[in-house]
Parts: sequence; C-alpha cells; structure tokens
Amino acid sequence: MNHSRRKAIKTGGGVLAMLFAAGVIGPEVVLAQNLGESAFSMKTLAEVMRAVGAQSPATSDAIVIKAPSIAENGAVVPVSIESKLPGTESITLLVEKNPTPLVASFGIPAGTEGNISTRVKMGQTSDVYALVKADGKFYMAKQEIKITLGGCGG
Amino acid sequence: MADPMRIRAAVRDGVVNVKVLMSHEMETGQRKDAAGKLVPAHYIRSVSATYQGKTVLSAQWGPAISKNPYLEFNFKGGQKGDKVIVIWEDNKGEKRSDEATIA
Repeated sequence: MNHSRRKAIKTGGGVLAMLFAAGVIGPEVVLAQNLGESAFSMKTLAEVMRAVGAQSPATSDAIVIKAPSIAENGAVVPVSIESKLPGTESITLLVEKNPTPLVASFGIPAGTEGNISTRVKMGQTSDVYALVKADGKFYMAKQEIKITLGGCGG
Repeated sequence: MADPMRIRAAVRDGVVNVKVLMSHEMETGQRKDAAGKLVPAHYIRSVSATYQGKTVLSAQWGPAISKNPYLEFNFKGGQKGDKVIVIWEDNKGEKRSDEATIA
C-alpha cells in the first residue's frame, strides 16, 4: 500500500548520495556553482533565485542576451549570453515560464571569457533571464522571447 | 554508448573558441508516449571542459537544454596543436569523453 511512498523515500536518499558523491569527486565544480540538483526541479523563478542566493539581483547593462525576439520552434531556441562584468564567476540561464525555470548554470573559471552560447527549450512565450555572479555579487538581464510553437510537450 | 561529440576548437588572437555538438536525447520527463505514459527523463546533467588538466568550463544542465545540445565558449591561453577535452554525464550515469585538437 505504501510502496510508492517507500520508493520515493528511497529515491530521495539515492539522490542525496549522488549529490554527496558529486561533491567528493568534483569539489571545485560544486564550489564554483553551488547548485544542488533540487534547484532544477523548482517550479518558480523566485525559488530558484533564493536557492542560488540571489534574492534581488541588480539589473546590469554589462550583460547581453543575444536571442531571437520571436522563435518559431520552442524546442530549439538559440541563446547567447555575454557578461562584460569583471570577475564573472558563473552564468545561470533561466526561462521564467518553463515548468522548471532553471535551464543551465555555467561555471566560468579565470581565463575563460564570460560568453556562452547554447540552445534551449521553451514551453511558451517567456522572459529569459541571465543571472551572472561577478566578484561575489549577482547581476541579471532579461529578454522576452516569443514562441509560436512550444517545445516542452515535444 | 552515445555517439561521439563533434568538437571544434580554434585559436585566434590568443583566445580559443570551442564549439561542441553533443548527441543526446535530452528527454524532459514531461512528455507522454503514444500510450499516454510519461517518458522518463534522460538528459545530460553535467558538462566540463579541460585544457591541460585545468577546467576551462563547467556546467550544470537541466532537461530544458535542447536535444543534441550545442555549446560554445571561449577561453584564453590555449596553444595551437594542444587538446581540449570535453566530458558529459547524464542523469542515468552514462558518460562520454571526447577531445579535439586546437586548430
């Protein structure tokens, strides 16, 4: 009767163990970004911001999001983020109206430039946020991308 | 085993531009199959790139990165002829490591 509950608890423990293992294997990666797997399952932007430690990041002109303002296919939306902020440590990409807003987080070691390009899925028209940690502080920029065909339902 | 990544690395004015195309389903876990059952999530969870043993990029991904993920970044100080190694790991523990020579 309680099998699914037990299974859920077991799985939860497994996830924790995996996180722990990840921490042991790659401490520098964890330190650089400090994001648990759980952040990827959070449902709102505010939750993710809190989890990342960026309650109210300042908007910065030094962060540029390069993306189409209208994307036909939400399954493949090209997004580039460029941070001109000195001491950029990480770049986090969020899509506000996706089922889980956190898309990706990139750790930028010294010597690597603050520009990243990738392709993301978007379920519907939404604001896309670039959250940049530079010199220990959070900054952000956002841009709306209109979607004519959603990419999350497949 | 997943298909190999396609990696291009080229140096220009002391900056290495790296482009990576990975081959992966990137299943979100929100999609239903023809029978109406949820297709389990299967996506690349972490990516890292190293140059001469030093990490030049690390990334944590969720399932919202597009199928067959594309990634481009730039780092300083790479030499022509040296290798850049890219490694990914998905949520099922599958791993793939490929390398490219800087052109």
